[in-house]
Amino acid sequence: MAEIKDASEIPEVIDPKTDKVHTWPHLVRAEFICGLLIFMGLFVWSLLLDAPLEEPADPTKTPNPSKAPWYFLGLQEILVYFDPWMAGVVLPSLIIVGLMVIPYIDINPKGNGYYTWKERKFAVASFCFGFLILWVSLIIVGVFLRGPGWNFFAPWAEWDPHKVVALTNVDLNILVANLTGLDILRNSVAAAIFGTILVGAYYSLIPIYWMVKVKTSKTLQELGIVRYGITAFLFLTMMSLPIKMLLRWTLNIKYIVKFPWINLNI
Amino acid sequence: MKDKIQDIQETIVKSPVWKSVFRHGYADTPRNRILMIASNVFLHLHPSKLRRHGLTLRYTWCAGGLTFFFFLVTVVTGVLLMFYYRPVAEYAYNDMKYLQFDIPFGMVTRNMHRWAAHAMVIMVMLHMFRVFMTGSYKPPREFNWVVGVLLLTLTLLLSFTGYLLPWDQLSIWAVTVGTNMARSTPLMGSEGPLAEQVSKLTGLVTPRYDARSLLTAGTVVAAPTLLRFYVLHCIFIPIVAALLMIVHFWRVRKDGGISGPM
Ligand code: HEM
Repeated sequence: MAEIKDASEIPEVIDPKTDKVHTWPHLVRAEFICGLLIFMGLFVWSLLLDAPLEEPADPTKTPNPSKAPWYFLGLQEILVYFDPWMAGVVLPSLIIVGLMVIPYIDINPKGNGYYTWKERKFAVASFCFGFLILWVSLIIVGVFLRGPGWNFFAPWAEWDPHKVVALTNVDLNILVANLTGLDILRNSVAAAIFGTILVGAYYSLIPIYWMVKVKTSKTLQELGIVRYGITAFLFLTMMSLPIKMLLRWTLNIKYIVKFPWINLNI
Repeated sequence: MKDKIQDIQETIVKSPVWKSVFRHGYADTPRNRILMIASNVFLHLHPSKLRRHGLTLRYTWCAGGLTFFFFLVTVVTGVLLMFYYRPVAEYAYNDMKYLQFDIPFGMVTRNMHRWAAHAMVIMVMLHMFRVFMTGSYKPPREFNWVVGVLLLTLTLLLSFTGYLLPWDQLSIWAVTVGTNMARSTPLMGSEGPLAEQVSKLTGLVTPRYDARSLLTAGTVVAAPTLLRFYVLHCIFIPIVAALLMIVHFWRVRKDGGISGPM
């Protein structure tokens, strides 16, 4: 049997063209050490910190606040601004589908296999906005800053279950009616038409931008109308969340459009 | 003495039994380095050679590997917990207490399961972030990104279904809040847009039979929900996730190994 040599003794085989090395030992060793260290960390952590166990389940005692697991608190936070059919069903589905189509709508060949900001600004900026601002920071708000009644509490403030927050939210049609005296907007049919026009105008930015820019923009021509349409729809839908947040914070808007007959409000 | 040991060693290594198990020597030669990977079913998910660039922590953050590592920890500790846990509303909570106070190493096993599960959720998000930032979803890796998104969804569902099992106040109310959303599914949830119209037309979509009760097995989170979540958590989702992980790793290899500058 050949004697076992120290790894440093045998000439390292690095292919200068591909810069490749052997998986054994280089990668397997790194994986083993990494796994060992993390395992020890996890074990010590688990010795020191117990998993939570509260009172036995009691369907008659609803805790206030009732929070979903932390990774869903971004979605629970969106409930403040959108109805559950949007916050809990449509938006999560669009997040999953939207993530899946990313490789097929981003046809920019640059930035494949290395970090770069300059070569793919729009892609990196929109992903970071969606992930870091809308997903991660809303989770942080949900975990640390929300208390009873889903009211806002500073992390050091005591949770007062009787904190009263004035509910002054109004629907957009009422606000416009108050401001302009157009009383017809108080009628629910007129309000529905009015709101539909607004939402339609928002999404009609998609074809308008295309028509204005397509002649001169090489990016748009290469993208093609289908990929552009999907990208723009997903982008505008993502941006509807910060827009609705701003409208709530500044003008206390509750709904932009309401269809009370089918229980659909945005 | 030294010779004796070497003799014995040689007899063992050259015996048919040894050779039937280990097909090649351990000596550190380029050939053996390749065989180490190629003749082992688990290691074989790796390529036998890889670009040095793919080894750097700065590039991968080890995030995908650690996601898988935490998955393995939850599988092992989870099987141990299954020996003591009964998914029945009368027993579940008490079994948690037994684990804590009666069963040797019960609490630390449960802790490891819990913390590894949280860590897996964090790592899978970081992994996705890294893959995006390095543009690694670009051709030829588009499909592996899609597999990844499915894995992300399954990871969240794994964690969510496990959340109910302790059967304490935290679990049932978190799951109540979570599953209440499904009630508002358009067309298919009893309180969602158009639900009234659908139920008038078809007689379907009632609080008892809608998108939410599909998850909770009833109108409220109760004993049937516990059993449903248990089966999903311990059998269905882990199997699907494990299969997809195999596909995922295989594709990393087949798509040319870890991405890197051309
Ligand atoms: C259970 C979840 C997952 C596991 C265990 C996993 C595991 C891995 C591992 C071990 C690698 C090798 C490189 C590395 O460690 O970074 C990898 C690469 C990759 N993963 Fe995942 N992954 C998971 C989820 C995801 C998700 C959520 C995405 C994207 C949405 C994704 C997309 C990819 C892609 C595109 C590669 C190739 C990266 C490259 O070549 O640089 N994976 N995955």
